[in-house]
Amino acid sequence: MAWVNAIIQGVLVGGLYALFACGLSLMFGVMKVVNLAHGDLAVVAGYLAIGVITVTHIPVLWSFLVVVPLMAVLGYVLQRTILQGALDRSVLATLMVTFGLSVVIENGLLQFFTANSRAIGTGLALVSGSFSIGSQIQIGYLLVVVFAVAVIVLLGLQYFLSATKYGRLIRAVADDREAAQLAGADYRHVFGIAAAIAFGTVALGGIAYGMYSQLQPTTGTDTILLFAFAAVVIGGLGSLWGTLLGGVVLGVAQQIGAQISISDETLAGFIVFLAVLALRPQGLISRGAQS
Amino acid sequence: MSLATETTALPAERFRVTRSRRNVAWTGVGALIVVVVLAYFPYIVYSGTTAILVQAFIVLTMASMWNLLAGYAGLVSVGQQAFVGLGAYFVLILALHGTSPFAALPVAAIGCGVAALPMWWLVSRLRSGYFAIATWVLAATTMLIIEKFSSIGGGTGMPLPGFAGLDPTLLTAYTYWAGLAVTVVALVGIYLLLRGRLGLVLTAIRDDEAAARSSGARVGLARMLVFVVAGAGCGAAGALLAISQLQVQPGAVFSVQFTAEMAFVTIIGGLGTIEGPIVGTAVYMILQQTLASYNAWYLIILGLVAIVVTLFARRGLWGLVDTHLNVRLFPVGYYLRLDEERPRGPRALPRRG
Repeated sequence: MAWVNAIIQGVLVGGLYALFACGLSLMFGVMKVVNLAHGDLAVVAGYLAIGVITVTHIPVLWSFLVVVPLMAVLGYVLQRTILQGALDRSVLATLMVTFGLSVVIENGLLQFFTANSRAIGTGLALVSGSFSIGSQIQIGYLLVVVFAVAVIVLLGLQYFLSATKYGRLIRAVADDREAAQLAGADYRHVFGIAAAIAFGTVALGGIAYGMYSQLQPTTGTDTILLFAFAAVVIGGLGSLWGTLLGGVVLGVAQQIGAQISISDETLAGFIVFLAVLALRPQGLISRGAQS
Repeated sequence: MSLATETTALPAERFRVTRSRRNVAWTGVGALIVVVVLAYFPYIVYSGTTAILVQAFIVLTMASMWNLLAGYAGLVSVGQQAFVGLGAYFVLILALHGTSPFAALPVAAIGCGVAALPMWWLVSRLRSGYFAIATWVLAATTMLIIEKFSSIGGGTGMPLPGFAGLDPTLLTAYTYWAGLAVTVVALVGIYLLLRGRLGLVLTAIRDDEAAARSSGARVGLARMLVFVVAGAGCGAAGALLAISQLQVQPGAVFSVQFTAEMAFVTIIGGLGTIEGPIVGTAVYMILQQTLASYNAWYLIILGLVAIVVTLFARRGLWGLVDTHLNVRLFPVGYYLRLDEERPRGPRALPRRG
């Protein structure tokens, strides 16, 4: 039964990883930017939420309504300024700029907020509550809600990309930038919108992670970025639903690893990632699209 | 035939292909003098100064390796800390078995080069940005695996044995000379590699990968070779780190901070030139020494400067020097040069590489 429990927990945590992964995948898919600061931005969102809650005393869940739009605006602005600037130069420039951002954010948080870990909304029934199936399986409400949110976000993204005007613009620009430009699309604006969406999802993920676990300045890279990336590769590069599958596989691998030995949780996830990279580099859901 | 008639206007004898627009013999002499003077330092300066210089040697070696990866082979790795950590652990393991850490240093470098092969097999499946994060995951995985062995200190690490009975002054001097030797070997090695066949292949790849491939350049092999050399070099730097700190701790030696330092130093100094990392290391050491008491600030400033340089001066500080003064201390490219007696026209065509 402990194993069944581990698998259920792993599947649910996979939803959280998918939230992180879809933003990474979207930014790569549309503007070929691999955002190395992705995880640190999630941590920034979490810290922002903590700040907003402490200062204004609004209910914890309301912090989403403040922080997610704020991060989306930040995403648009960052994309239109320094990320676009780097894109105009080279792929290497985008990597160096996002890596620089990552190091600056992480050390900035360390400098101003110390290395202490922080959690969000620990007193909340949603965060601490759980229900049981039988005697062994205990499922937290939070993870179920997060998983549902992840599925809703992915459904929403799919609908947005396939059926709305801006979604079509994004796909057009991603497919062939010059042709889209000739047809009148302002690709810089479209890139900005894609970045805003990616930053919005990463903010959701960051706050959710702060509720599920604890945030530290280093969480952004050693946990969130690497897990999100592993989920993207396991699922298959460029596939939206692949990120959910990848997240679930990663989560299950980690929980099974934790069953063997509590210190093996992270390692088990990475080993599955490396196995997929070695045996099926195109990912589990293959679109044949090697990046 | 038509080619021959066209070139009659400028007979072939009038062209010379050279490495540099100036005679670079003085660079070699100058470098030799610098190395000899540096080698005398333990006799003439305080041990505090040599300790700082050892740090500079480590940073310079790592940055030169990162420069070889990103600047010449187009491989942006953010997981070079894997090799820094492995190098430190190779020294620790050999020292635990009774080898002198100094003798273990070259073994550690070779060991890291060998370890780079299976890692390359894994990460070479991904390109550019995803390659970068894959190397990072690989570094994290390597650390997690090392932490599982309690005989080499597990998650907490352990002090480096093997120096019992050695006079501290002598130890500092030996460490310094080891650092100098590693740096000189790394720089000379990179210089010779880039002047040789590999340098040509890398230039061809950088200019046009598809064209290089179709004219028979073994692109994958060249990149693998660079990854292995960079792994060995970062391993040597890691071994040096272990010796200079007398302590090996997984969280410290596998820190992504090393990659941040090597990347920022290279970017600030000038990517794709051998001189760049040297200039960058000087800037880094000045920043680090003046901001030493401000914890994370030097990394924040270094990161911000690297972003600004990437966006506004992409050839770095050395690029500015090169543009204005036309100086190359370590020429690895080629110039097509017209002979001096030619009365008019450009004296030198734009260089390639």
